[in-house]
Amino acid sequence: MKYAIFIFIYCTLPFFSVADASAETAKDNYKTYCVQCHGLEGKGNGINVPDMSTQPRNHTDAKEMSARTDQELFKVIKEGGQAIKKSVLMPPWGSTLSDGEINDLVKYLHHLCKC
Amino acid sequence: MIFHIANFYSKCLWIVLIIAISFNTPAIAANSGKDILDSKCLSCHTISKKTPSTLKELWERKGPDLSSTGIKYKQEWIKQWLQKPVRIRPAGMFYGNHIKKGKKTDEVDSATLIKHPKLTGEQATLVTKVLMTLKQNQNLVKTGDYKPGSISLTLGEMMFDKFKGCLACHQIEPGYGGLSGPEVYTAAKRLQEDYLISFMRDPQAWEPKSIMPNKHLKETDLQKLVHYLRALSQENF
Ligand code: HEC
Ligand code: HEC
Ligand code: HEC
Repeated sequence: MKYAIFIFIYCTLPFFSVADASAETAKDNYKTYCVQCHGLEGKGNGINVPDMSTQPRNHTDAKEMSARTDQELFKVIKEGGQAIKKSVLMPPWGSTLSDGEINDLVKYLHHLCKC
Repeated sequence: MIFHIANFYSKCLWIVLIIAISFNTPAIAANSGKDILDSKCLSCHTISKKTPSTLKELWERKGPDLSSTGIKYKQEWIKQWLQKPVRIRPAGMFYGNHIKKGKKTDEVDSATLIKHPKLTGEQATLVTKVLMTLKQNQNLVKTGDYKPGSISLTLGEMMFDKFKGCLACHQIEPGYGGLSGPEVYTAAKRLQEDYLISFMRDPQAWEPKSIMPNKHLKETDLQKLVHYLRALSQENF
């Protein structure tokens, strides 16, 4: 019986760890979803940029980045550029990232612009 | 005398060999679609649904999931493409593994991209048949969801680019458009229309960690986008 319980816990462990892992770090989310447009260094020059009609924001530009409140940054990440009257090329990430992950990304942006 | 015995044995050997081969050939042909799949394909592809549920799994994936082939891809296209594979994803499965810093912008590091294995016509036919029987996620596709219609290329492109911002990640002709997603100028040749509607409506239902954002497209826009992808595929880029 003891063994049965042990085996049961052992076998169901992966399910629990999957649930735990569902919140990813801001660094990993940025690398996966943002770098394609905002670039490896966050300077707004990712691989997708050459044929884009509006350039992605340079996230290391302290002057530009500090012009926005955290609420605005949260909104633009969750609902996309159009939500703050900006380009449709900045996509909405609300179906991809949880609110917690978006909040972490806002903090990560402050880290990138050192502002 | 010794010579004769050796000769006899070598003749015997030949007969045994010929018998062995003639018995074996039909056996190989009978299940070789599955054999080819097992031996040549599953090191990179999954055929029972196991989509990445963490970013790490997404980064490490070596090929697209094929567990929904029967409700996702067009049979004729798979058969042709396996004989003459042409690149679909300009920056590979996960673009992050295939980019480097360039002069003005980041660039695709093409040295890191692999060429897809090629099959003969016979092998391709056999494997395609097996793949088309795989129909996981059938609940996500509604047969007849797409209602045939048309849109001009100009209007379609306006929608894809200006109104919806899809061009940022997808090429609509070789050398024009974004590089992180699969090119879409052959999408309607490759993919079934009802699948296209389903995927664009909710990419995360298919791929929880998809790099494609859900843009909450209206039903009428989903239809128009498929009209456009069909028109694009007629251009034969
Ligand atoms: C498909 C390309 C693309 C992707 C992917 C993308 N962005 Fe953007 N982003 C843009 C563009 C283009 C702009 C500039 C919009 C404008 O100026 O009108 C922008 C602007 C922004 C801004 C500044 C908005 C402002 O004007 O204050 C923030 C913040 C931002 N993006 C964050 C992110 C984050 C975080 C991610 C990843 C989760 C991300 N972006 C992914 C294209 C993209
Ligand atoms: C070394 C890894 C690898 C092996 C082995 C491999 N594939 Fe692939 N396969 C890929 C990659 C990567 C792609 C995406 C190609 C692209 O985007 O151009 C792909 C694409 C495909 C596609 C098109 C699906 C799509 O959505 O792009 C099919 C069908 C396919 N492979 C079938 C097979 C079959 C059948 C075999 C065995 C004969 C096989 N593959 C072996 C890596 C592999
Ligand atoms: C931020 C980048 C990005 C944007 C913006 C984007 N896509 Fe995608 N798209 C992808 C990626 C990456 C895939 C590959 C599937 C995956 O990773 O889950 C994909 C897959 C697709 C596919 C399936 C193609 C295939 O070969 O499997 C279609 C069709 C598609 N996108 C259409 C659109 C449309 C229409 C829009 C605009 C409303 C759009 N995409 C916006 C990145 C993007």
